[in-house]
Amino acid sequence: MSGARGSKALGAYALERLLNAVPLVLGVIVVNFLLVSLAPGDPVTALIGEYPAPPDYVERVRAQYGLDAALPERLLRYLGSVVRGDLGFSFANRQPVATLVIERLGRTLLLMLTTVVFATAVGIVLGVWAARRPHSAVDRGATGFALAGYSIPEFWLGQILILVFAVGLGWLPAGGFRSIRADYAGWAAVVDQVRHMVLPMLALSFRYMAITTRLTRASLLEVMNADYILASRARGLSERRVLWEHGLRAAALPIITVIGYNFGFIVAGSALVETVFGWPGVGRLMYDSIFTRDYPVLLGILLLVSVSVILVNLLTDVAYALFDPRVRY
Amino acid sequence: MSGRRGAAARGAHPGVPGGAGNRGVGEPEGVAARATDVPLGATPVLELRDVVTEIRGVRGLVRPVDGVSLTVRAGQVVGLVGESGSGKSMTAFSVMRLFPTKAARVTGGEILLRGGDGRVRDLRTLGPDALRAVRGREIGMIFQDPASYLNPVLTVGRQLEQQLQAHGLGQGADARIAELLTDVGLSPEVARRYAHELSGGQCQRVGIASALACRPALVVADEPTTALDVTIQAQVLRLLARLQRDQGVALLLITHDLGVVAEVCDHVYVMYAGRIVEEGPVEDLFARPRHPYTQGLLAGVLDLLEPKPIRVSIEGSVPDLVRPPSGCRFHPRCPHAMPICEREAPPLLPRDEGAALGHSACWLHDPGVVGAGVTVEPGREDGP
Ligand SMILES: Nc1ncnc2c1ncn2[C@@H]1O[C@H](COP(=O)(O)OP(=O)(O)OP(=O)(O)O)[C@@H](O)[C@H]1O
Ligand code: SF4
Ligand SMILES: [Mg+2]
Repeated sequence: MSGARGSKALGAYALERLLNAVPLVLGVIVVNFLLVSLAPGDPVTALIGEYPAPPDYVERVRAQYGLDAALPERLLRYLGSVVRGDLGFSFANRQPVATLVIERLGRTLLLMLTTVVFATAVGIVLGVWAARRPHSAVDRGATGFALAGYSIPEFWLGQILILVFAVGLGWLPAGGFRSIRADYAGWAAVVDQVRHMVLPMLALSFRYMAITTRLTRASLLEVMNADYILASRARGLSERRVLWEHGLRAAALPIITVIGYNFGFIVAGSALVETVFGWPGVGRLMYDSIFTRDYPVLLGILLLVSVSVILVNLLTDVAYALFDPRVRY
Repeated sequence: MSGRRGAAARGAHPGVPGGAGNRGVGEPEGVAARATDVPLGATPVLELRDVVTEIRGVRGLVRPVDGVSLTVRAGQVVGLVGESGSGKSMTAFSVMRLFPTKAARVTGGEILLRGGDGRVRDLRTLGPDALRAVRGREIGMIFQDPASYLNPVLTVGRQLEQQLQAHGLGQGADARIAELLTDVGLSPEVARRYAHELSGGQCQRVGIASALACRPALVVADEPTTALDVTIQAQVLRLLARLQRDQGVALLLITHDLGVVAEVCDHVYVMYAGRIVEEGPVEDLFARPRHPYTQGLLAGVLDLLEPKPIRVSIEGSVPDLVRPPSGCRFHPRCPHAMPICEREAPPLLPRDEGAALGHSACWLHDPGVVGAGVTVEPGREDGP
């Protein structure tokens, strides 16, 4: 029997999972590097510009950025510098990649975290609402919404939101991180920030919300048929406590899993949404770096994304283990 | 049909002093006291009167409980037996009006419960909040598959605590939980365990602890040992019987094991296709079963215990409750079926002159149908 399920055991489990992830991260770096190197287009051209340049100048630039070496050598050199914490130097921005990314990371995290919290909360409430009266009008509404949320692409939704709420109704700004011209301070600055966040967050939330709604509804419907739900009613628990303490507690397991495993979608979606809304975050930077063939930046962001997806999956498993006493670790 | 039977059971039948459920829970003691029940004169804790439960299914309306009347008196152990699908579990669920499917509903009859304060209430007319207050407090329920009736992600202690809290007994819950677990032969440390860390027998002990947690007047146990290892079935049953005796709680015990009935029950009800076909004190009913169905059941059991030629055997299977047989529901399988059996449902008639030994629903006992003096004993009337 596993009597000793302390935080120590869980910590050891998390550490073990973390160490197991190291080769995965290395593999991801190699694959990313090869993919980016094999992509058509020459970064030197992007650096110098499309106009003709003397060949010896081109070669000098190539050597300066270490692009003249053979692929395996470049890969080894890149791996070496990543291990030392150096993500390289941006061709286009003439800045260290790490500086560039960290500057934008906060804004992206702000957008993603509010999205996850908002979408999960709304999704759970909608799902519970739908599951309490299956096949009712509320349920059909929620299910329809979930289906729509599933099939609408973020960038399209973003543009529609801009058209309706920014251009049409003029309620909210069409894009940007905050108002540049106005010099807000204190509370006004917060309000201004939130106003800029609403539309991109909605655009990014929709799919996630839909997934959470559908999943909450389905797992709650299943859980509420369980014998132990009947037993907790037979013990005299109120419907509210049966639903929240037994039903949702058990239904939370698949919800946690899905939140974690769909994190990758949010990352991908944020690149599109940041581009549509001119949100100066990592996603926007990635989009730009693809167009300028700014490979060090692209590689750095891909690495960051891979690590964060792996981390979130790890956190998901830890949360799962915390929630479900049956999980052995 | 149930109306006819119900009328007979209420004493409308001339010369019948009283049927099952004649003296109600709510009526003063001593008036029309029947000698039927053991212990004599004990106050009824639960009385079902003509309870009808319906399930709306895809194949149509099913009545797994079709006019069931039964009485459980203080301190008594009452058995409810019948084959699979006869409606035993549905009768148990009807007591608290709590069903495993939303399609089921009690649609008729009375469910009279005498609470701890001595007040008698009809649970059938109780609102949701009042009913919730009864569940787990006045009535404890024990289920068949103990492990699946515990939430896998909550500790045993938390689930018992929830129950105590739900009934305003949250103060000192920890001590009470430790006491309860000790009472059922478990270590208080089990409170910190999850269901998957316990054996089936341990889970059922927790189930018993939960049923007794709020010192109820009545415990309903639906096949509490069927899902357990054969080796521990007797242990758990004995524990249940001992706690029942020590705490003086009334027990409605559902089982299809006649051996269990013989061992622990005072009174027994035999159910067939949604109806009570015979009831009476265990000793007498087992010694002299009057209903052909009971006779068949007992013949089968006797065969298990001591080899004996079986004369009455129950053939065929349980009738389809969507379209139950007309008249006496047992008639397609009854070795004594008569023309009237197909047409009309037999009323519950006294098993003996003074109705002291329970009732049986069979036309064979109606002097108007069969000449007086006909006795039906297993293995006799079927002889060559
Ligand atoms: N969940 C359900 N949905 C629909 N009908 C049901 C359901 N459960 C039971 N029934 C119907 O009720 C009838 C009685 O079932 P019940 O479970 O009360 O029988 P039982 O006597 O307890 O049998 P067992 O010995 O197998 O437990 C069944 O024959 C079936 O027709
Ligand atoms: S009423 Fe008729 S069919 Fe029914 S048990 Fe009696 S004899 Fe058999
Ligand atoms: Mg059953």
